[in-house]
Amino acid sequence: MTSAAAVPRLLFERPTCLIDRATHYCPGCGHGIVHRLIAELVDELALADRTIAVAPVGCAVLAYDYLAFDWVEAPHGRAPAVATGIRRVRPEAFVLTYQGDGDLAAIGTAEIVHAAARGERITAVFVNNGVYGMTGGQMAPTTLLGQHTTSTPTGRDPVLAGFPLPITEMLALVPGSDYVARGSLVDPGAIGKLKAMLRRAFEVQLGGGRFSLVEVLATCPVGWGMTPQEAVDHLSVVAETYPLGVIVDRTKGIGRGGTPGPSREA
Amino acid sequence: MPQTVERPARLVESERTQRAPAARTARARTRVLMKGNEAIAEAAIQAGCDAYFGYPITPQAELLEWMARRMPEEGRAFVQAESEIAAIAMGLGAAATGARVMVSSSGPGISLMAEGMSYLAGSEVPLVLVNIMRGGPGLGSIGPAQGDYFQATRGHGHGDYRVPVLAPSSIEEAVALVADAFEIAERYRTPVILLADGLIGQAMEPVRPSFRALPRTTTDWTVGGAAGRPPRTVRSLHLEPEELEVHNQHLQEKYREIERTETRWAGEALDDAEVAVVAYGTAARVARTAIERVRADGLAAGLFRPISLWPFPATALRARAPRLRAILVVELSAGQMIDDVRLAVEGRVPVFFHGRTGGMVPSPGAVAGELARAWALTEPRPAPDEVGQASRTVGRAGARATPAGVSPGSWGAAASPDATQHDVDEAVWRERHAPMKDATR
Repeated sequence: MTSAAAVPRLLFERPTCLIDRATHYCPGCGHGIVHRLIAELVDELALADRTIAVAPVGCAVLAYDYLAFDWVEAPHGRAPAVATGIRRVRPEAFVLTYQGDGDLAAIGTAEIVHAAARGERITAVFVNNGVYGMTGGQMAPTTLLGQHTTSTPTGRDPVLAGFPLPITEMLALVPGSDYVARGSLVDPGAIGKLKAMLRRAFEVQLGGGRFSLVEVLATCPVGWGMTPQEAVDHLSVVAETYPLGVIVDRTKGIGRGGTPGPSREA
Repeated sequence: MPQTVERPARLVESERTQRAPAARTARARTRVLMKGNEAIAEAAIQAGCDAYFGYPITPQAELLEWMARRMPEEGRAFVQAESEIAAIAMGLGAAATGARVMVSSSGPGISLMAEGMSYLAGSEVPLVLVNIMRGGPGLGSIGPAQGDYFQATRGHGHGDYRVPVLAPSSIEEAVALVADAFEIAERYRTPVILLADGLIGQAMEPVRPSFRALPRTTTDWTVGGAAGRPPRTVRSLHLEPEELEVHNQHLQEKYREIERTETRWAGEALDDAEVAVVAYGTAARVARTAIERVRADGLAAGLFRPISLWPFPATALRARAPRLRAILVVELSAGQMIDDVRLAVEGRVPVFFHGRTGGMVPSPGAVAGELARAWALTEPRPAPDEVGQASRTVGRAGARATPAGVSPGSWGAAASPDATQHDVDEAVWRERHAPMKDATR
């Protein structure tokens, strides 16, 4: 951080665009960490003045209370369509969607698939905690087999409720997706890698690339019936169904750093 | 202030008219033959529409096709969305940045847009939605209909809100109303519906090509990057009930203001009319022909044509009610606007109905017959000073006779001033079962 250079002893500070306010998130929830990573990157890449983010429906709808840039609130699942509308009239903006797994992988499946298919120059931050947290922890498309939720009280049975949806791998197949990766909040090392993925996704958009998405395996201790520590540890189990890493990278020629390059749409 | 602009040369150079380019210019200044859907699309472009989002559906597909060609020509945004749900959401996103946005569809697609319309209303984002109505319910038919009146005038989606609805009855009027719709949308920060039936969308008519360009207004609520100002959020969520009620009261005050200032209607031959047809869109055009016919036979009929369906011109209609012996509502539906007519006149005058559905259009002959029937079944109105005293005696008028030649698709009913629901029901029953009397006038 530049300020760290100016004040050598300062090792950690609140990013400028992260509002100094207690969040409404439950203890052990992953949203706070993801918010902070986005805030750090928006600061580091100096994007706050041109960021238009799209808020989901779910716990993170109130992200606009914590991240100090412009927001539009989307109907459930429609964030990629709302972002498309913004992108098409605001070519200079940095356009971000923030979506949960119910939002992106169930009700908004069509919108995310077709935003990727069109190669929309937007970045989706996909927070996968395997349940509908806000409504009380019901099964999501990403719920693991056997996982107990309030709508799969005896565990997710594939005969009744189907299989976990590997939507990120599906999106990676689409030629319009330039960069698709999956990270995790399981430990500080993984969080560091996740930040690098998010940075790359942001760079792809800034460099004129097409659709980019980073999935985050995140915790929902309340929805999972676990303590915060148990939930964090459980993320390694979740990663057995959803392997970590860069799933597709079609960004050859798109430089690193925040410098805007020529748009590939042009 | 709005200004009138000459139609650009580009319009005459469209694919359809390119075949005979010579001598077009002079004629273009007078009138040009345009399809309704295309005229609406071009009117939006000339009004300064920045972005269009749509999905193919009959009978509005030409609107999308026109935009697909013309918007990129103008360097503006066009996206064929994956669904109507996405199209209206794209509209929400673009309009939240201050862009002037049009979205269009027809029945089944309009239903899918109910979600987005509710969010647009709740977050006070202006947008113009065009509904080229087709037959319903369900997949229905692709013929013209007016069965989406309830949907449009009652807010469309979930929650407690209204949407201004403008209903053109000609292609030329549609062109004018497109600019008006954008103006209303931006003035009040609300979505606006342009409600036309499939005939308006599909027909070709001569249009005086004077499109209106709208000025840009500055806004203090749109998003676009928080450079040099505090961040903004375009949202409809208000978790605290007290806060949401305040927001809803603000919306309702806005709607009252729209009722005061944006109510529109047109009257034709109403001054001496004893019977008035209330109809909009294509139904009003059929009614106009029918009125000419019955006037030739000496029946003083006129046309009351709502142009804004919400706000409905209730006050104007109510003011005319005491001078009328009957009102005939004509719709391309089984009877939807008739509810607003009855609410407006509050029993001051019997209200009859003629409607066709499923893509069928009432014929002028049938409407003329219904006018004659309404006239025959009612009593002349007394002189104005006797109105209050005589209203009780008029109340029984509906029970006198039964119609000659009621068409199969027609529903008729007489309402009576001061009558209870039982009286009305009885009058309707007697009308339908009494022996046929002279209704040939």
